Amino acid sequence: MDLEEVQAHLRRLYADATTHFQKMPGSAILLRYIRSSYQNDPVRSAFELLLFLFVIRYLLSSKYSTKKENKVRLTEDEIDELVDEWTPEPLVAPQTPFEENVNEKSPVIVGPTGPRSKLSNGKTVTNLASFNFYNFIGNEALKEKAIQTLRTYGVGPCGPPGFYGTMDVHMKTEADIASHLGTPACIVYAQAFSTISSVIPAFSKRGDVIVVDKAVNYAIRKGIQLSRSTIRWYEHNNMEDLQRVLAKITKEQASKPLTRRFIITEGLFENVGDCVDLPKVIELKLKYKFRLILDETWSYGVLGRTGRGVTEQQNVDATEVDMITGSLAGPLCAGGGFCAGSEEVVEHQRISAAAYTFSAALPAMLSTTASETINLLQENPEILTQLRDNVKAMRGQLDPRSDWVKCSSAVDNPIMLLVLKPEHITARNLSPADQEWIFQDVVDECLANNVLITRLKTMPAALGVAPKDQGWQPQPALKVCITTGLSKKETEKAGVVIRHAITKIMTRKNNRLSQTST
Amino acid sequence: MKGPLSLPTISLSSAKDERATTLFQPPSPSQARRIARQNAQFGPLGSQSHRYSSRFEGTDFPEPIEDSPPYYFLITTYISYLVLIAFGHVRDFFGKRLRPEKYRHLNASNGYAALNSDFDNFYVRRLKMRLNDCFARPVTGVPGRYVTLLDRKSRDNNETFQMMGTITETLNMSSYNYLGFAQSEGPCADAVEATVRKYGMSLASTRGDAGTSDLHIEVENLIARFVGKPAAMVYSMGFVTNAAAFPAIVGKGCLIISDELNHASIRFGSRSSGAMIGMFKHNDMKSLECVLRDAISQGQPRTHRPWKKILVAVEGLYSMEGTMCNLPGIIALKRKYKFHLYVDEAHSIGALGPQGRGVCDYFGVDPSEVDILMGTLTKSFGANGGYIAASKSVIDKLKVTNAATIFGEAPTPPVLMQIASSLKIISGELVPGQGEERLQRLAFNSRYLRLGLKRLGFIIFGHDDSPIIPLMLYNPAKMPAFSHEMLRRKISVVVVGYPATPLESARARFCVSAAHTKDDLDRMLIACDQIGDVLQLKFSSGIAGGADPLPDGLTNEMEMEHRRWMRENGKEVVVKPPRWRLEDVLKRGVEDVKAPLR
Ligand SMILES: Cc1ncc(COP(=O)(O)O)c(C=O)c1O
Repeated sequence: MDLEEVQAHLRRLYADATTHFQKMPGSAILLRYIRSSYQNDPVRSAFELLLFLFVIRYLLSSKYSTKKENKVRLTEDEIDELVDEWTPEPLVAPQTPFEENVNEKSPVIVGPTGPRSKLSNGKTVTNLASFNFYNFIGNEALKEKAIQTLRTYGVGPCGPPGFYGTMDVHMKTEADIASHLGTPACIVYAQAFSTISSVIPAFSKRGDVIVVDKAVNYAIRKGIQLSRSTIRWYEHNNMEDLQRVLAKITKEQASKPLTRRFIITEGLFENVGDCVDLPKVIELKLKYKFRLILDETWSYGVLGRTGRGVTEQQNVDATEVDMITGSLAGPLCAGGGFCAGSEEVVEHQRISAAAYTFSAALPAMLSTTASETINLLQENPEILTQLRDNVKAMRGQLDPRSDWVKCSSAVDNPIMLLVLKPEHITARNLSPADQEWIFQDVVDECLANNVLITRLKTMPAALGVAPKDQGWQPQPALKVCITTGLSKKETEKAGVVIRHAITKIMTRKNNRLSQTST
Repeated sequence: MKGPLSLPTISLSSAKDERATTLFQPPSPSQARRIARQNAQFGPLGSQSHRYSSRFEGTDFPEPIEDSPPYYFLITTYISYLVLIAFGHVRDFFGKRLRPEKYRHLNASNGYAALNSDFDNFYVRRLKMRLNDCFARPVTGVPGRYVTLLDRKSRDNNETFQMMGTITETLNMSSYNYLGFAQSEGPCADAVEATVRKYGMSLASTRGDAGTSDLHIEVENLIARFVGKPAAMVYSMGFVTNAAAFPAIVGKGCLIISDELNHASIRFGSRSSGAMIGMFKHNDMKSLECVLRDAISQGQPRTHRPWKKILVAVEGLYSMEGTMCNLPGIIALKRKYKFHLYVDEAHSIGALGPQGRGVCDYFGVDPSEVDILMGTLTKSFGANGGYIAASKSVIDKLKVTNAATIFGEAPTPPVLMQIASSLKIISGELVPGQGEERLQRLAFNSRYLRLGLKRLGFIIFGHDDSPIIPLMLYNPAKMPAFSHEMLRRKISVVVVGYPATPLESARARFCVSAAHTKDDLDRMLIACDQIGDVLQLKFSSGIAGGADPLPDGLTNEMEMEHRRWMRENGKEVVVKPPRWRLEDVLKRGVEDVKAPLR
């Protein structure tokens, strides 16, 4: 036999074998299954093959059938009947009265946002609800620069960063942030809110350990949920408790293989407004060999002499923090978010952070605007001082002057969260829902007096989860955002309006109590 | 099926009328430069015959036929992966012993576990690294008809890149710029400029606080009207639109049934919702029905309580496959099984249907049949962000329960204006005729390139009218080779392989745009023809189309009838592998595109 014959023979054999295999019942399903599972995870396939062989051996060796499935066997007719009988719930539940109220009252700004904004009801109000701390929105030079970018790059990059969406302007913004913070590298995301939810699962996987402050924001909560890691909470900003948790984990895991361990906390807390004790956290993280993910969404551009954030304010080297995430959309008045860290940390995200890999890149105009505003902060650090003066002026009107509320935010935080004093809550037995109603009324009352403020918003309990299983919930609060677009006098004036509005609502007869509290 | 389109006999293009009445004057150099710039972003229409309008008529939406290469190619593909993996392990084995410093980041050190496990990193280190220069190529300027690459080179086998300081203008076959709205000039850019001057760059707030402006309301109304729903909501990112919508509508006790090839954002959203997740085979209605019957009759696992809701999530147009969802089939199942339907129109909105209104428009389905129409604004509209359109009660509820509304930053004014002006152009409110031209050029271009590639003998996946055209490469080594050869011919393409696709089906993916001219597509066909010969990519069997022209007097229908008869009578239908000569492909393309493709 010469080679060709052998080949032909082999080919025929192969073809025969495949046709026979294909004729076997279920072979298509088997093939498809193997293919699709292999695509997801080759190890799993190998493992399953082993399991499969084991099961066969087991079945063959046992004298009785072990077929026991948690499935009810049904005939086609029965299934049809069940299908007919099944009535699904509507896609969404009806709105609650509180939600209806919120929707109805939500303000619509006509024209630009600024320290004074025009609303759709015709009123011009003092705007203390935007994160326009330095009034960058009205800055003409920034607008010019953005228009130049528009005329070179258009608006959208029309593709994710991996597929020709990475532009030179993104690379520049990344370098600008990294050099501002003093980290080796940085990666820019297209939206601030989704940054940390993607950063966490990119690093922390099943089996890893995350230790997290109880008061962290919703985006972090989603991130740790998606990571499927082991989660341990510590009391909000309580360093002893953090140490206790770290020590406990270290002890528990001593005999187990080493896994990745993270501490996750915020710079300025979105839900409380106070500030982390970073040197202490760093000390503990180094001692117990955890990595630190710090969410600076509300502190980058705010704290420190040039707005570098907690690291600048508390004199910590930014390279001591493994990952710093932050926002370019809040105080910086551009768009997008970022994560800064070592080269290794950044490069890993470029291929494994879902919101980076699978989403279009940031529009070039927003990227250049961010670069510009970072520059403005570094060149004019006096605007930060000015902002702090205004914060002080507002505080002077509210805390401790108001009998009803106190400010839970750090003194440098331009987002002032005002919560009811505990004595009033106990005296009147106010549930969180009651407090939300009260604050919504305060917001409305302020608006009637031409001052726009807002409430701290929280997520309703996830569907199918009882409110009591929700875990830590922030205390309802009023949210007042200070801006340098207003003078100290104007800020104080607005402060008086807010204080009076709170007093008015708190002292009026028959406060509306929530339906949900019963 | 798709009937031949009767094009309007009166030309709507105003440019043409102008040319007829003005005397010819050579443009000044600065004018010439401006025109060249405009043309680099959006090519001028070569001929009125390069337009088409696609819609599906009929009831049974056929599965696209997926051709497969001869076994030789599949086997060599698997062998290549084996070799790559074996080689990688050998390199790792010696590397770890000889140059341990290079592996330090993969090992526990100093009491810290590796940030990145050795195993997870293997693929990245040993396979992806080889094609790193085909990914994330940095660009500058507008990603329109052409895209300008910043040249870079690597001295260490793609580990790091150095910018060379030069640029290359390439034909852009990779951006999701379906309708060609990536432009820095023209009505959209002018409107955006005016908006920046008036509104500034940002709202600096969330929608829930003080981030809602009159622009948002206008855009939401426009979108709702465009997709044919009572209300809509915009978000600053498409990814998060999905990621936050699922937790707001389903939770524990609910079931999400998801197409197996759904986008990462849908998987991200469904996983974070707490609902159970079921899958069905890509676009397979039988598989979906099976899953539905099983789910409804069995109820929730263990307790067997009935499901609270079942949400079926599909995409309008799949970005890696080029396939469209079988909307008529799903709607028929929806009537019987009463599930809720969520359609992600990220790629299909603007790109499909005679009026660009997505899959509902394409299939002639009433949008009220779909509960939630989600889409992104990053693609056809050249903007950014995403939207959800639904009934008013759903949108009102989502406004207060959706995390992206409560915590996500509001879309910015320039982006909103880009959306508003491009939507108005598409619907003909602004610059009448231009929107129609864009839609029809996209439809023509998509069919033209697809047909041409099939005739040349390539294996092409997806439906005929889809602007996403995957050309199958199979062999992993062909990915970088194809990409480099294209780049040498100044064409930018995307190549994708495992894990974005099944292991064996590595592919190059082309995204057709209305900004492309027929000449651009011809250039593409010529390039593919040459590269296809060098890389041995022309291995289609002919079952998926690209057949030789029929003899005179025979029609398509007659051929199909004949084949059906042959099959019914147990006779083998002989299919000849198409291997057209390039000249014939170019000569017949324009005409044949307008008949049903075969
Ligand atoms: C189906 C699908 N959904 C959602 C998205 C995310 O959209 P965006 O890029 O606007 O974040 C994409 C983008 O790639 C997509 O393909």
